[in-house]
Amino acid sequence: MKQEYIISAYSENHIGLLNRITIIFTRRKVNIESLTVSESALQGVSKFTIVVNEEKEKVVNIVKQIEKQIEVLKAFYYTNDEMIFQEIALYKVPTTALMESDQIEKLIRQHNARILEITREYTVIEKTGHKEETQELFEGLNTFGVLQFIRSGRVAITRSPIEKLSVFLRERDALLETLEEKRKSK
Amino acid sequence: MTSFTNDSKIEQEPIEITGSEAVIRSLIAEGVDTIFGYPGGAIMPVYDALYDFRHILTHVLTRHEQGAVHAAQGYARVSGKVGVCIATSGPGATNLITGIADALIDSTPLVCITGQVVSGLLGTDAFQESDVIGITMPVTKWNYQITSAEEIPEAISRAFYIALSGRPGPVVLDITKDAQFAKLSYSYSKCIKIRSYVPEYPADKSLLKKASELINEAKKPFVLYGQGVMLSGGEKELASFIEKTGIPAAGTLLGLSAIPTDHPLNMGMLGMHGNYGPNIKTNECDLLIAIGMRFDDRVTGSIKTYAKQAKIIHIEIDPAEVDKNVKTDVALIGDARKTLRLLSRLVEEKQHPEWVAEFRAAEKIEIEKVINDDLKPSKPGLTMAEVIRMVADMTENQAVVVTDVGQNQMAAARYSKFMTPRSWVTSGGLGTMGFGLPAAIGAKFGAPDRQVVVFTGDGGMQMTIQELGTISQENLAVKIVILNNHFLGMVRQWQELFFEKRYSFTEIKSPDFVKVAEAYGIPGNSVHNRSELENAMKVMIDHDGPYLLEVNIEKEDNIFPMVPAGLSVSQIILSATDLK
Repeated sequence: MKQEYIISAYSENHIGLLNRITIIFTRRKVNIESLTVSESALQGVSKFTIVVNEEKEKVVNIVKQIEKQIEVLKAFYYTNDEMIFQEIALYKVPTTALMESDQIEKLIRQHNARILEITREYTVIEKTGHKEETQELFEGLNTFGVLQFIRSGRVAITRSPIEKLSVFLRERDALLETLEEKRKSK
Repeated sequence: MTSFTNDSKIEQEPIEITGSEAVIRSLIAEGVDTIFGYPGGAIMPVYDALYDFRHILTHVLTRHEQGAVHAAQGYARVSGKVGVCIATSGPGATNLITGIADALIDSTPLVCITGQVVSGLLGTDAFQESDVIGITMPVTKWNYQITSAEEIPEAISRAFYIALSGRPGPVVLDITKDAQFAKLSYSYSKCIKIRSYVPEYPADKSLLKKASELINEAKKPFVLYGQGVMLSGGEKELASFIEKTGIPAAGTLLGLSAIPTDHPLNMGMLGMHGNYGPNIKTNECDLLIAIGMRFDDRVTGSIKTYAKQAKIIHIEIDPAEVDKNVKTDVALIGDARKTLRLLSRLVEEKQHPEWVAEFRAAEKIEIEKVINDDLKPSKPGLTMAEVIRMVADMTENQAVVVTDVGQNQMAAARYSKFMTPRSWVTSGGLGTMGFGLPAAIGAKFGAPDRQVVVFTGDGGMQMTIQELGTISQENLAVKIVILNNHFLGMVRQWQELFFEKRYSFTEIKSPDFVKVAEAYGIPGNSVHNRSELENAMKVMIDHDGPYLLEVNIEKEDNIFPMVPAGLSVSQIILSATDLK
């Protein structure tokens, strides 16, 4: 059964790695719903957050293929309920619409959105939330005519108290040490 | 590149040299003695540096870059070392792609060095510029573009480490021309560790124990061995493991020669044109122990009906292969040699005479229905099988056998006999026609003291026929056997069996191969009748130098047994009449 999964991959910060990771999806004809790359809590380590709507088996396979890339440190996959996640959306509406009725103001209050900029021609509104929430606001605002709309990729963080990666990196260092010792003792 | 560690001892004082010279010195530092390549504009500085080292580092000029990469593959496969090839930018680099893809799917360690336009011209559609990093990304284990001379030693040490460690594979280094010209302070130390890369995992003791219990309890265990056994150097460990446990074993196409063909527990080859017993017994065993193989669809047939009755142990170095095609009960992630060594200690000494006898009974059926007709045909037309077996007999099973792809390959796999590991070079996963002749060149350089025989068809031969020029220039004692059936035989076989004999563009006209060879200064002969074969073959085998023997064989012969595509391994057929 297809469902939404969040894949998070940690890698060295190297040119071309984004491409190496995304072609794993294209080769299997899996659509990436959203993708965000940023530096993680560890300096020099990039974090990829990729959302797909797929069957578990395929996701497991993809995660292994991502991890197989030389510069990838580790990849994990989660269901939505295992993570806290947000997306950000920006909406541009004509300022006249804001002036003519109090409906837009009500929408902004109801959705906990905020105004970033007002000019004579347009007003830019920002909302963070899950896709359904930003979409709901879009539909509300669109009755007045949304001039421009953009939604970011997902950012997500696990519910565990520490970043799994730091535990992993400690284990990895220990593992590489043992392998090296074995190599030297040969 | 700060995230990897070099060996702490630096062997030499830094010296001021060009990037090009650093490339050559780094290759020598990695123990490279032979490289295959083709010069061109963007790689000229490296070729210029090579000129001063040509007595230390042998360079083989192929006739096409595809020839260079296949030769590097052949070299790597017989020697166990990293194969190195070198080409210029643009078309030079793109001509390598087929071989790189072949090396990735068949786990062959390669370092491919390509020239690139000067860094200031990157992305401007400069002359002979192509996005080599982009193009090779899906077909390499790792690739990297070098744009400054200082990066060269580090990148090369990394390339060799990645190519050969863990599950081996091809690496591409794309070096801009300005980086080749520029000076650097050179010193070399081998890469020994990369933080983000674990080439192999240590054994999991509890899983080893679980696996040994399954093995000790099994009534009908069956070992499948793949190339991973040879890549890990675990041939002896495999033999001791099956001898201790009394478990019958069969090899994948790429696993051939890991244990001797005539080993009493070697039951032959798996797969679409493998042996009858190994295929049907796959669906009758109670435990499958897969070692260094990846359950390719040509091995499994229909995955839905594959070994469903059996428990499965998978010994595999690449975690991404585990549960990819076949779900395992116990996965032992690690190097095949080390894992087998540990597992052998835990398993009980046993014999399975009745179970082995079942394989022998199946073999008897195959001998009666297929093998006898192949080896001692009643028809006047020559068969591939009798030619191949004759080579095996005359070389006392000591030759390195190289093949092209198709019927010639399957016949060579079925009828060659092997005594020593790394005696078999073939394109398995990618099935690259044209692989044979250039791979044989590399194989001869990799094993100069061994007889190297390549079996190819009339189709595949014409895909890379220009490499006769390389053989001639190097006066390389490669023995070329063209099994000429005047057809693209394997496709024709499928057309006969599955497309109502509609021979759509599979009839192929060939040149006079002997005359072509002669034009290159290579002696040859062409045989049409059984009565001439033995003498002609003897002349070829005894000849001290390259030789081409064309054998005109039966035009419409088929390779059997066969697991028709999409069917179960237990639905293997022994003749065309078995096909409903």
